Amino acid sequence: METGKLKTRKKRVVVALSGGVDSSVAAALLKEEGHEVIGISMQLYDQSKLEDTRFDSCCSLKEVDVARRVAQILEIPYYVLNFEDVFQDKVVNYFVDEYLKGRTPNPCVRCNTDVKFHHLIRKARELNADYLATGHYVRNLYNETLGEYELLKAKDRQKDQSYFLFGTDPKELPFLLFPLGDLTKPEVRAIAQKYNLPNAHKAESMEICFIPSNNYKAFIQEHLEEKGENLDTGGEIISEDGSSIGKHEGYHHYTIGQRKGLGISNPAHPLYVLDVNQSSKTVTVGSEDKLYMDGLIVQNVNWLRQPSSPNIHLKIRHSQTEIEASLEQAGDSQTFKVYFHKPHKSVCPGQAAVFYEDETLLGGGWIDRGFHKK
Amino acid sequence: MKPIYFDYNATTPPYPEVGEAMLPFLSTAYGNPSSIHAFGRQAKEALMVAKEKVSGFFGVDSDTLVFTSGGTESNNFALKGALEFLKSKGNHIVTSKVEHVSILDCCKYLESKGVQVTYLDVNEAGLISLEELEKALTPQTIFISIQTANNETGVIQPIVEISALARARGILFHSDIVQAVGKMELDFNLFDMASISTHKMYGPKGVGGLYLKKGLKLEALIHGGNQERKRRGGTENLAGMVGFGKACEILKEKMKEEIVQIQKHKERLESFCKENFEVHINGEGAPRLCNTVNVTFPKIQSEALLLNLDLEGICASSGAACSSGSLEPSHVLMAMGYDEALALSSIRFSLGAQTSSEDLNRLFEVLPFVVQRLS
Repeated sequence: METGKLKTRKKRVVVALSGGVDSSVAAALLKEEGHEVIGISMQLYDQSKLEDTRFDSCCSLKEVDVARRVAQILEIPYYVLNFEDVFQDKVVNYFVDEYLKGRTPNPCVRCNTDVKFHHLIRKARELNADYLATGHYVRNLYNETLGEYELLKAKDRQKDQSYFLFGTDPKELPFLLFPLGDLTKPEVRAIAQKYNLPNAHKAESMEICFIPSNNYKAFIQEHLEEKGENLDTGGEIISEDGSSIGKHEGYHHYTIGQRKGLGISNPAHPLYVLDVNQSSKTVTVGSEDKLYMDGLIVQNVNWLRQPSSPNIHLKIRHSQTEIEASLEQAGDSQTFKVYFHKPHKSVCPGQAAVFYEDETLLGGGWIDRGFHKK
Repeated sequence: MKPIYFDYNATTPPYPEVGEAMLPFLSTAYGNPSSIHAFGRQAKEALMVAKEKVSGFFGVDSDTLVFTSGGTESNNFALKGALEFLKSKGNHIVTSKVEHVSILDCCKYLESKGVQVTYLDVNEAGLISLEELEKALTPQTIFISIQTANNETGVIQPIVEISALARARGILFHSDIVQAVGKMELDFNLFDMASISTHKMYGPKGVGGLYLKKGLKLEALIHGGNQERKRRGGTENLAGMVGFGKACEILKEKMKEEIVQIQKHKERLESFCKENFEVHINGEGAPRLCNTVNVTFPKIQSEALLLNLDLEGICASSGAACSSGSLEPSHVLMAMGYDEALALSSIRFSLGAQTSSEDLNRLFEVLPFVVQRLS
């Protein structure tokens, strides 16, 4: 594990415990090294609202109970902190707003950047901690040539979670620890078993934590009803030439690249969603080849490290092979044009575009739109 | 390092003798008090002795006490039972905004059943106004439920005057006396009903009592058996009741001197806070319990303060904890006119029989260090 920072003396380390096996093992490893470890869980939403549903994703009440049990086993102090307001503001409202803008949000990245790191770092400092640790699979190493810390992909490339951390403030890197960066998932499970942690064999959580049964359409509807808004988002499904070929009940139910659930049969070739337009409430569909883009515009870019050349590797989905591309600044200092070396599909406005140079996470931003070369 | 306990209003460490007295009833003396055989007689005997000790401490007839599972059940029993019994006479009850959540939630439930509830405001010091109470009473009012002392601030309400007002109108007076027991002299002649919790008075958890003035009948909350003269069904929590009896026996002997000692500690703690920090002692303008110091550190979040104190081995508390243990602004401080930020900057030290001068010395070492770092 990445121990360079910890070699000198016993440190006070706050560990963000989600109730999952990864963060639990991170805490166990730090405790094993003799540090003063403090476990913290974030209460992100009102649990009583979700009582009716079977629900055991990250940070729900049941997960808090598991985290508490882990803290008991490891004999570390444990606290639950209330982050409901900031989560509602930065994640839930953002999630709904993005869909209503016809974009495809990425709440997990938002939560990592704007909730987990930003606020947990503050809380950890309040507790006089030397470091904040999490169970992310990523490495945080000191680059002696550059004289600064950088984030590198995890040793276990299958599990690498650097994608979710592109928004991290580089100034905070010296304060962060990622004890799992050099471990594989089976190794992590074995450590959990060694400590008899209750979650050693727990399945990975895949759902968006605040949305029961992954039904985001129903969630958005309820969210709007709660706020007393009744938006009519229904409209036309149109082909590329603008002609209407059907109706839909809400443009926010569609994502670029989507094929299933269009309710339109087209004998010639399968139809895909090519565009979702908020102002006209239209969903444009067409053939698969039209999904291929030559590049994208990315905004609000955060840099952890400056690229040494305009040629970078790009990820526009967490679980996706990297795309070779070139960067060009466009407009303000945080907006870039990214040219793919080969055309690529599934460019979704609202998703993250994350840049790498070999193993190093350079940074990333939010996709505004894809583009075709003229 | 052994943590130091300053959270007696949440729960008290049982007197050592309490656990000892209970043990036989968790092992060999397992009889059911309702059984006619030798084991049953032994259990019944223990139950009677416990009840005598309890009623002896409170200075009431043992028939006037119904054993329950604790303060929350007693409050539910009092409110729902009295309402059921008196509903032909009216459907209005008067309470205050600073009651324990078991009263407030019970009132909300009763409102959903068509009962009218008046929630009295409190002033900055946390006291209700007797004039407002009088104005709130109507011919439909069937009872008043006002706590004797507040769990968060220790503020003591004018129960002598409230009782007189209620008696003059023929209205029942219920008081949640959970926080007052063992911390002040109580005259049960003032009450028609009073709720007691054993674990706030050096006894075990899971047991308590409701005092019912002689002749007052309530509809039972828990039906199912002849126990407690049909007022509370279910096999008795015998070990708990024995512990309750033991705690009462000891308190009867020690309470007066304990109060004097706790009051001294409390005054020392308040002076220390005022001399060393920019703080406000909440409820300072009102009569307060001998043990409760609720203090606002403006601009410091109580959560950060409490967690840092805990890491230094100092156990205090703040506001009400929600389901998973994170903090919400106190409804008591909000009712006293605090804004949310100030309410979330307040913490409570509650002292008790085992609090020592050394405990305070340790607190005085830690507190300035933590406060300075968070300022």
